Parts: sequence; C-alpha cells; structure tokens
Amino acid sequence: MKELLIIIIGSALVNNVVLSQFLGLCPFLGVSKNIKTAGGMGGAVIFVITLASFVTSLIYNFILVPLNVTYLQTIVFILIIAALVQFVEMFLKKSVPSLYRALGVYLPLITTNCAVLGVAVLNVQKEYNVLQGTVNGLATAIGFTIAIVLMAGIREKIEFNDIPKAFQGFPIVLITSGLMAIAFFGFSGII
Amino acid sequence: MTPNTPKERLLNGLWVENPTFVLMLGMCPTLAITTSAINGIGMGLTTTVVLACSNLFISLLRNFIPDRVRMPAFIVVVASFVTMVQMILQAFLPTLNKSLGIYIPLIVVNCIILGRAEAYASKNEPIPSLFDGIGMGLGFTCSITIIGMVRELIGSGKIFGAQILPLAESGKFGYEPITIFVLAPGAFFVLAFLSAIQNKLRIGAAKRGIDPSKGCNGQCGSCQSPCEDKKEGTDK
Repeated sequence: MKELLIIIIGSALVNNVVLSQFLGLCPFLGVSKNIKTAGGMGGAVIFVITLASFVTSLIYNFILVPLNVTYLQTIVFILIIAALVQFVEMFLKKSVPSLYRALGVYLPLITTNCAVLGVAVLNVQKEYNVLQGTVNGLATAIGFTIAIVLMAGIREKIEFNDIPKAFQGFPIVLITSGLMAIAFFGFSGII
Repeated sequence: MTPNTPKERLLNGLWVENPTFVLMLGMCPTLAITTSAINGIGMGLTTTVVLACSNLFISLLRNFIPDRVRMPAFIVVVASFVTMVQMILQAFLPTLNKSLGIYIPLIVVNCIILGRAEAYASKNEPIPSLFDGIGMGLGFTCSITIIGMVRELIGSGKIFGAQILPLAESGKFGYEPITIFVLAPGAFFVLAFLSAIQNKLRIGAAKRGIDPSKGCNGQCGSCQSPCEDKKEGTDK
C-alpha cells in the first residue's frame, strides 16, 4: 500500500509528466486556452492513459514476456494504443453519449500524445506489475490534468496583461510553464 | 530552384521548413534531451536515420497501402525502424542509449516523422522522399544541437563537454554556472526566448513592408505550400 502511495505522489507531483519529463507537451500548449476545455482534455487523458497502461502491462507481462518477444514492445504498444483509442471512441459513442459529447473531440488527439506511450514504456522500464502499472498510469494522468488546468487558469489571466509584443502567444506560455516547473521542484522534498 | 530535387529537399529541411524553429514540430524531444549538445546530436541523428528510412519505405509502398488504413500502416513502418535503431544503439552505443532513455521508443510518436510521411512521402517518388527525410532530420539535428549548446553553455560553462568559460573557483574571477538551465525549467526558458526572437524578427519584417506570412521573402515561386504550412505551424 505504502509503495503504491509513493508511486502516486511520485508520478503525479514530483516527476510531473509535462513539467519535468516533457511528455504530452502538444496538448499542454495547444488545448490550454480555457479551463473548461483543459478539464475536458484532462478527463479524456485520465481515461485513456489508465486504460492503456492496464492493457499494455497485461499484454507485456502475460504475452510478450512468456513468448520472449519483448523487443517488439514499441510496435505492439503503439498499435494497442491506437486501437484502444478507436475502440473507446466507438464504445462511448454507442453507449455513453453524454460522456462522448464531453470528451469526443479530444479522443483522436490522444493517440499522438506521447504521454500514453511514454507511461507504457516507463512501466516496463521500472518493472512494475499490472497493479503498479495501472496506478502509475492513473497518477501520471492526474499529474497531467493538474498541470493543464493550472496552465489554463493562468492563461485566462494572462489575456488581460500587457505583454511585450514579441512575447505574445507561444513565448509567454513557455515562460509560464518554466515558472510552473520551478514551483513543482518544491514537491521533490516529499519523497 | 527546381522543386523535388535532392538538393532542394535538403535545403528545404535545413532552412526553409526547419521542423523545430519554423514548423514547431517534435517539441517533446526538443525540450527533454537538450541538456547537452552531444545529447542533441545523438537524438537528432537517431531521428534522421528513422525519418530517412521510413520516408523511403513509405514512398516505395505508397501505391500498395490502401488509403483508409494508411495511418496504422505508417505507424507500423516507423515503429519497426525505431525498434531496429534502438537495438543498434543498445549494441554499439550503450551510453548514448542510456542518456536518451525512453525518448528513443518515443520517436514513434514524434510528429515530424508521421507528418512528413503523410505530407510528403505518401505523395512523392522514393528518391526525393529519402532526401526530404534526410533534410528534415538534419534540420532537426541542427536546431536541437543549437538549443543543447545554449543550455550547456549557460548551465555549466561547457560546450560538447569542454570547459569554454573558466569557472569561478576558490575566490578567482570566473563564470558562475546557472544550473537551472540544464534542469527542466531551463528548457522552457531557452525555447521561449528563441521563439520570442523569431517573433521579433517577424514583426520587424512586417514593419519594413515584407509580408511576414511569406517567410521566404517572395523569392520562391516553388514553395507556396511551405509558407502556408509555416503560418499554421507557428500559430500553436
């Protein structure tokens, strides 16, 4: 139990996917214009990463390892993720239309989110079992959601500030992320 | 210059449509592994190899792959080359493999590679596609090596591991390294300033009456679409 708690805090706060590992930067910079869409993206990411890390660690531990074909992990993982996202989209559209309306637009974007593949590969590297892998996926996704929602909140305020012309748009967002990354260093004392 | 010749493709990737500074693609590896210049070169060349091989193969297979399943097919081609490159690195360059870590398998989802496959290799002859891949890859290598050099110089006073700025030790006058630049926040700051400089140049060009959306300054009748791509890419 203690071990799982360490994984959760470590992945969500200390080694935040976006701010210290630089995974999933495209949605972090692209879909953080307002809190509502950022929250939607975060929700979709939590859903997909948790599911994907569960399925990939199942397949890694019970198919790839016994068959001795672990070198195929990159190909297998990316195909699983792409198929999974497609499947989730179809499933939600058919049976939970309300959730589909909330997350629908973000789902196709997630296949190319490197955080999903990154978590799957990290789970293998750190030799997590299925439960630890799934928890790690969930925690990483929560970390992503925290970062993107905070970013969106700051960007809504930045709208009203007087920024030098050359820094408007992309540069000021990067500087804000840099300052947030410094703030997240504060968590490294927890573990 | 005539379009689709090897020379034009190389130049296009290196300068006109530089993937990092102009198209703003592949940001994750750009920020993550540029802690030193040597890591930048390693990552850049690895990506170049994958990009050139996958462009060549996708171009050769472009008439056999059905249109509806082209994305999964491209991903499988790219993932196979990444796996091969990873095995080669593990065997011959274990230190580089270790310092690049999980970012090697993540080359699969680098948007430069799928972007070039979709935008160029799936529509053009194999030879120009190969050179397009090499040009784009070298453009990426140059940009991330430059970012790596800046971060290494400010963060530790070194370039390629050689001490350029003498450090301040035992009361002597010298350079005090700003360690934050080799840590995660430094990556954001360096990229922020580089793109601010780029914005500044674009604003300056607009003031002198050059339409900034046509970044090639009107000398290239051949590259209408790159200029439009550029406008889209920088909006992100």
